[in-house]
Amino acid sequence: MRALATAVALRQVTGGAAVRVSAGILIVITIAALLGPSLSSHDYFSMNLAERFEPPTLENARFFGTDDLGRDLFVRTMSGTRVTLLVAIVASFVSLVLGVAYGAVAGYAGGKVDAFMMRIVDALYALPFIFLVILLMVAFERNFLLIFVAIGAINWLDMARIVRGQTLSLKEREFVAAARLIGVPPVVIVFRHIVPNLLGVVVVYITLTIPQAILVESFLSFLGLGIQEPQTSLGALVNGGVSQMERAPWLLLIPATLLAVMLMSFNFLGDGLRDALDPRLKAR
Amino acid sequence: MLRFALLRILSAIPTLCLVVVLAFLMVHAAPGGPFDDERVLPPENARNLAAAYHLDESLPRQFARYVSGLLKGDLGPSYHYRDHSVSELIGAAFPLSLQLGLLSMAVALAVGVSAGVLAALRRNTISDRLITGMAMTGISVPVFVVAPLFVLVFAVELRWLPASWSGDASGRRFLLPVVALALPQIAYITRLTRASMVETLSSDYVRTARAQGLSLFSIVRFHALKPALLPVVSYLGPAIAAVLTGAVVVEIVFGVPGLGQLFVRSALNRDYTLVLGVVVFYAALIVILNLTVDLLYGFLDPRTRNP
Amino acid sequence: MKAVPYILRPRRARRGLPGAIGSFALAFVCLLLGACSANDMDDVQTLHRGIDAEPESLDFHKARSTAAGDVQRDLGEGLTGYTPDGELVGRAAENWEISEDGRDYRFSLRRDARWSTGEPVTADDFVYSFRRLVDPATASFYSQSVIDIENAAAIVAGEKALEELAVTANGDHELHVRLARPTPYFLALLTHPSMFPVHRDSVEQHGDAHARPGRLVTNGAYTLVAWELGSLVELRRNEHYWDNRSTAIDRVRHHFIPEPTVELNRYRAGELHITDNVPPEAFARVREERPGELHVAPYLNIYYYGFNLTRPPFRDNLELRRALSMAIDRRALTESVTGRGETPAWSWVPPGVDNYVERQLPYATLSDEERKAEARRAYRQAGYSDHNPLKIEIRYNTSDTHQRMALAIQSMWREVLGVETTLVNEEFQVLLSNMRAKEVTQVFRSSWLGDYNDANAFLQVMLSDAPSNMTGYSDKQFDSLVQRAAEQTDPERRRTYMEQAEALMLDDHPVIPIYFYVSKHLVSPRVEGWGDNVLDYHYSQHLSLSPE
Repeated sequence: MRALATAVALRQVTGGAAVRVSAGILIVITIAALLGPSLSSHDYFSMNLAERFEPPTLENARFFGTDDLGRDLFVRTMSGTRVTLLVAIVASFVSLVLGVAYGAVAGYAGGKVDAFMMRIVDALYALPFIFLVILLMVAFERNFLLIFVAIGAINWLDMARIVRGQTLSLKEREFVAAARLIGVPPVVIVFRHIVPNLLGVVVVYITLTIPQAILVESFLSFLGLGIQEPQTSLGALVNGGVSQMERAPWLLLIPATLLAVMLMSFNFLGDGLRDALDPRLKAR
Repeated sequence: MLRFALLRILSAIPTLCLVVVLAFLMVHAAPGGPFDDERVLPPENARNLAAAYHLDESLPRQFARYVSGLLKGDLGPSYHYRDHSVSELIGAAFPLSLQLGLLSMAVALAVGVSAGVLAALRRNTISDRLITGMAMTGISVPVFVVAPLFVLVFAVELRWLPASWSGDASGRRFLLPVVALALPQIAYITRLTRASMVETLSSDYVRTARAQGLSLFSIVRFHALKPALLPVVSYLGPAIAAVLTGAVVVEIVFGVPGLGQLFVRSALNRDYTLVLGVVVFYAALIVILNLTVDLLYGFLDPRTRNP
Repeated sequence: MKAVPYILRPRRARRGLPGAIGSFALAFVCLLLGACSANDMDDVQTLHRGIDAEPESLDFHKARSTAAGDVQRDLGEGLTGYTPDGELVGRAAENWEISEDGRDYRFSLRRDARWSTGEPVTADDFVYSFRRLVDPATASFYSQSVIDIENAAAIVAGEKALEELAVTANGDHELHVRLARPTPYFLALLTHPSMFPVHRDSVEQHGDAHARPGRLVTNGAYTLVAWELGSLVELRRNEHYWDNRSTAIDRVRHHFIPEPTVELNRYRAGELHITDNVPPEAFARVREERPGELHVAPYLNIYYYGFNLTRPPFRDNLELRRALSMAIDRRALTESVTGRGETPAWSWVPPGVDNYVERQLPYATLSDEERKAEARRAYRQAGYSDHNPLKIEIRYNTSDTHQRMALAIQSMWREVLGVETTLVNEEFQVLLSNMRAKEVTQVFRSSWLGDYNDANAFLQVMLSDAPSNMTGYSDKQFDSLVQRAAEQTDPERRRTYMEQAEALMLDDHPVIPIYFYVSKHLVSPRVEGWGDNVLDYHYSQHLSLSPE
């Protein structure tokens, strides 16, 4: 009986085929990114000026070919995927923490405090964030850490709004009223009772903010402000591939396709999860 | 309505102040200055330049000087382009960005809404899956991949369209940049419209209309479309922000002398006044646009009119 | 909404979506077809050139970029100039006399020289202009060009009045300049746009905003008719220019195109006659497809790595510096990494400089194997080995080429010596800051462009007190040799001093010369009169366009 219930619940949570396929793709990509490089004897930074611009081939483990400096594209792509995923996840985590904390507090507090906090959000919404991020990167020399913070700072507002909305409705539920009656302090109520119930919303939003974070990082790499050599990210690889488009199209096509597939998977995943968990959440 | 608008404008003022202060601090925090170069200036020249542009004053004084100019509507001289003022440079660049942005949004709305409605009407058929699939691709492929591809295919190989901006004075030079910029928005709007339309079509009053015998076509046009478009309207705000971002890439790739491109260059040049000018200008622009969107939303949906 | 059947509604009411779509489509199609104005490329006598940036100013006293220089050289004319092949000739000055001690110059100005207003160009115009150049209020970048004129330095520093500048007019057509010390390359300096005359009335009337279309008055072959901010400047022939009949091209458009790839695309699409650059990635293909259009020429510009001599590990460790320099295979770099015809640099002064033969590093003639062996020997002597490898940083500014170069050199150092190098990529301004501070830099990438065709343009960078000396190199003997050369009027003696100075400096290894730049342009086969020269000056007035 329990097994069946769990199975049904899982089925409901994981939604339809689109969700499962997307999740599957992402898992495969992640595993490939983590383990792939061990399949090849090459590393992501060694140059070999004699082996430049080699198209993808099976011999010598040059699965994706080499770039303009003779570096192996397969390992670089896997390495870049790792970095991109890391940036995206950490940045999303940053916006998650900020957004949830802020939104939950605002929603729970209600009244004037809520209005004031949301006013600030409205004000921040008007900031031309991308310009400030560019300025930030320029001002502080493209610190690796700063990229996470910068990207995370762009997205937290949406999260805060959604969380606040959810909190407002959760606030009126019986278990919250009960906790209040018992005398549980508000902080505990917010973080012990309300936040866990936000998980559904949050998970959905994370899968939607991750592609945004990836795109922002790619954009910064395009401007030369993102991850620095010899580290690389998918965005940086695509950017590099653009300039070699004519001579070595695989340098662009492979990372670009991988990037597009990842983004699509995240989008499908997010959509599917949202449909499954809360069909009322038709924000986007 | 007027009170609503005025209130919104007033509450935007602290935002703008925050923007000015933040931008000012960040620009001055960045290492280097507007006149730094590999050919290092001899000390006397550096001193003369600093004096001419008030860079030898303390930061608070420079800030005060800037703000008092700002209040009079004077954005100051550009530090890098020494023949021109910031207002002139923004004035020359902005109309182009505006044209690009408006055209892209128009295209995105026209194509996106139509595609979304079509997909919703033919839900779960091949057309729907095709449209949804293309929309998904549109969101996933970044602008800076699409734009250079366009240039390569259409301008260089096929020679159908101009490769860049000032080579050709006709309207054709708009085509590639506008489409490149519009693509991601088309994708988003298609998805939004489709989802919203699907929901509207299954709502009670539409089912009633259907039962009354009205054709699907007229239902869509006169009953379903307006409410279905509400989420699209509320998306316009973030859409504008996205277009501004995408515009920077498109401007760089196509050589369009717009505001996005100007900003990036001025940041790298440490042209303090120009950077500040563009940031303040954009912030004000976003505020006005968001206000317009909200008013539009209120106009379309009477339920939200009470502030 | 009344439930009136659609078909019965009056036409007006049938608005809505199709109408909206229809009007958008219509508007869009209109834009597409657009005002199909005649493409300027059909106009035979308009030359379309690319430059790599928007000029920061067209005021001769307020600019310094090469892009600004390209445009300014079409607008104004100095006392001297160059022919397409790089020969120095008189322009606004017909001829001149130089005193025995090399410090007094007497210029006879052309009597038929005219401003674009028709007024004659007089010696007073030059006096006014030079004064404006050194005026602290002008805050010019390039007042250094005239710093050798007596009192100029003091005036720039605000210590003397403008009138004390030793440039005087003797009548309308004679200009007298007195230098503080004999500066043998003074005539070459005069070709720089900062030495062009400005029109007094315009400047006094419009001040900082005089360099605009309709206001800028010029004495050169062209005038400024349009400046589309962010896009291009358009010049039209100056009918009053004294040599106007030799000017073949009526109009010139300089397009600002910072991205070489974009510029190449536009050239290929037929929108440009001349490009300013050729992107490295496309170079090989361009050379195959358009060999006759590709112009590659030596250029007075060196790409080098500097050492920070003020701190360990490079302070007082000559052997280490030599080792690192020898371990680099410059030929491989110029063939694979840059691959556009650049030449390996074994000297500091580029080849092709007037009255000079550059000195070379002693190991330039060794074979690769010998050189690498020497490098290892020097490395060990410096106190390093496989067990005690050197760990350093290379700093460079964001650019594909710099990155590739740094990666290649990192690889070479690792293979030959076992050095562990970290690459630090910084934005240009940040790197500059660090280079000047000399606190965090160890090895940094830099370059130097010679302003004028003389070895001194390069040697003076390494003087102890030179502001652009980022290495901290300070050698009294070098300083005194350069000084003596600057004061020497006899060309042979001068050349000897400079050669000795260069040899001395190279042996001390404050820098690793890597390669000498080349200028690279795509020039349409329709363009005639193009001359390759080492300064990369290409005046539009020397060019012509053959009909299609």
